[in-house]
Amino acid sequence: MDFSKGTKDVSELERIAAAIRGQIVTMSHVAETPHLGSSLSCADIVTAAYWAVLKLDPRMPDAPDRDRFILSKGHAATTLYTALCFRGFFPRHILDHYNENGSPLAEHPGPGSVPGVEAATGSLGHGLPIAVGLAMASRIHKTPYRVYALLSDGECNEGSVWEAAMMAPAQKLGNLCAIVDYNKWQATGRSNETLNLAPLADKWRAFGWEVHDVDGHDIATLVRLMDQLPDGSGKPVAIIANTVKGKGVSFMEDDNNWHYRIPTVEEVSAAYKELGLS
Amino acid sequence: MRNAFASEITALAQHNPNVVLLSGDIGNRLFDKFKEAAAERFYNVGVAEQNMIGVAAGMAMTGLRPITYTITSFTTARCLEQIRVDVCYHNLPVTIVGVGSGLGYASLGVTHHSCEDVACLGALPNMTVLAPGDAFETRAALRAAVAHDGPVYIRLGKKGEPKVHSEVPTNFKIGKGLILQEGDAVCIISSGTVLPVAMEAGKRLTEAGLPARVVSLHTVKPMDEVLLAECSARYAVIATIEEHSILGGVAARVSQWMTANQVTDTRLLTFATADHFMKTAGEQDYAREHYGITADAIFEQVRAAATRKKLQRTA
Repeated sequence: MDFSKGTKDVSELERIAAAIRGQIVTMSHVAETPHLGSSLSCADIVTAAYWAVLKLDPRMPDAPDRDRFILSKGHAATTLYTALCFRGFFPRHILDHYNENGSPLAEHPGPGSVPGVEAATGSLGHGLPIAVGLAMASRIHKTPYRVYALLSDGECNEGSVWEAAMMAPAQKLGNLCAIVDYNKWQATGRSNETLNLAPLADKWRAFGWEVHDVDGHDIATLVRLMDQLPDGSGKPVAIIANTVKGKGVSFMEDDNNWHYRIPTVEEVSAAYKELGLS
Repeated sequence: MRNAFASEITALAQHNPNVVLLSGDIGNRLFDKFKEAAAERFYNVGVAEQNMIGVAAGMAMTGLRPITYTITSFTTARCLEQIRVDVCYHNLPVTIVGVGSGLGYASLGVTHHSCEDVACLGALPNMTVLAPGDAFETRAALRAAVAHDGPVYIRLGKKGEPKVHSEVPTNFKIGKGLILQEGDAVCIISSGTVLPVAMEAGKRLTEAGLPARVVSLHTVKPMDEVLLAECSARYAVIATIEEHSILGGVAARVSQWMTANQVTDTRLLTFATADHFMKTAGEQDYAREHYGITADAIFEQVRAAATRKKLQRTA
């Protein structure tokens, strides 16, 4: 199936998200790499961004006025790689050799690894400060573009997230949007029991952000909110995307074992069936 | 050095629309002229060094040339991982400037000492490390850093250091040491703000019948290997001087180079800070004395080593 064209059609976006989920389950199985639950969790957000929101041209990945998307939760790299590949940034055979020796695609994205990867991530708490710098640069260059950073809830443990969260409203970065993939889990426990994350939306609001507390699998809502930037208020936007870790595959949903577990061939087949893929 | 930095960065910003200055909430009034010249390119990013480095990296990704500026220990150790990942891994043209490097802020206490920064940042791939010796070298280093297509770290002193040059050295080049005084008996390799100490030691050695070459090794990484080869071949005694730990600074790097290149007939003396924190208060000169980084110590030890070498060779 050719998914290289952008679309705002919600059923088409849902089909794309399902295809991405199938692909990342396969990649986890073949390459025996973890973080599958985290990658499934944000598939709808990434789909909304790359197909319906971001102003981009896969043939011109370095265009100065493109919108930027930073996958700050770099451990969901398979979701980003698959989206970039399906959208036409790089050919399929590269994706098929994910994480093999010599492949440009490691478990966390490297700088310039493939066209479309805006920043190397994998160490948490780096993406939002970089996004703030990109958003400020838009103003200095007088080149309008929007910047989106996708964070995990566990990532919000990092102090650097909150340093950037304080700076963005001070700089009135209305072209910046932080999306928190709030699946209520981090690597080894419930995110609200590990550190006192809740009330997460109120925290971002208190820091001066325009906050939307939404279903992170409702693609239509995600598209609408992400596309509202900039709304003229000068406030950066935080979308608290309430998600389910492992979303789309019933036996992975909200089961944190899938932060590290690798699916068997039978589990891949079962996942494909549930996702409506052949 | 601090004032030279502020003046030079203002001049650079006037000529280069991509120069952006990020200050970590220091330099009150220091950047007034910069703000007059380029208000839209000055940002006080607050006491948040990790964010400062990430923001600088984001800016550099778009072609800007950000310079981050705060106290050395805070802009190096505090945000080392941001420097490693955001700046060096992406190989971005961010210039990180630390003020009060080494023992420059000795009297502020160990939290404000920075004797490990060269070791830490010098170990990062893509990073260039500059340690100018006076205000004129500071200007030259800054010009070179802004023109360099990659990460640069500049370790500065504070303000009011004695000037060694009389003007900005026109032959300043990243990776090329400057020979400030020629002499054929011994060689002193100085890096950073201790340059006046090295010059004083060189003068006294020369007066004592041991004509000393004095080098300002303003670039710690990449090392000037051509100069090291020439010095090693020519001198029986080489001394390195720096306000930095014996671990991972100029002494360590010169020693490593000499070992790798099988330099066996040259005595290497190192004047650096020892592997311990100070436990007493004191000004920079007191701290230098504590660690044995003084013209007296250099003069005595270099002279003694040169005399021993001479005796060995005569025998």
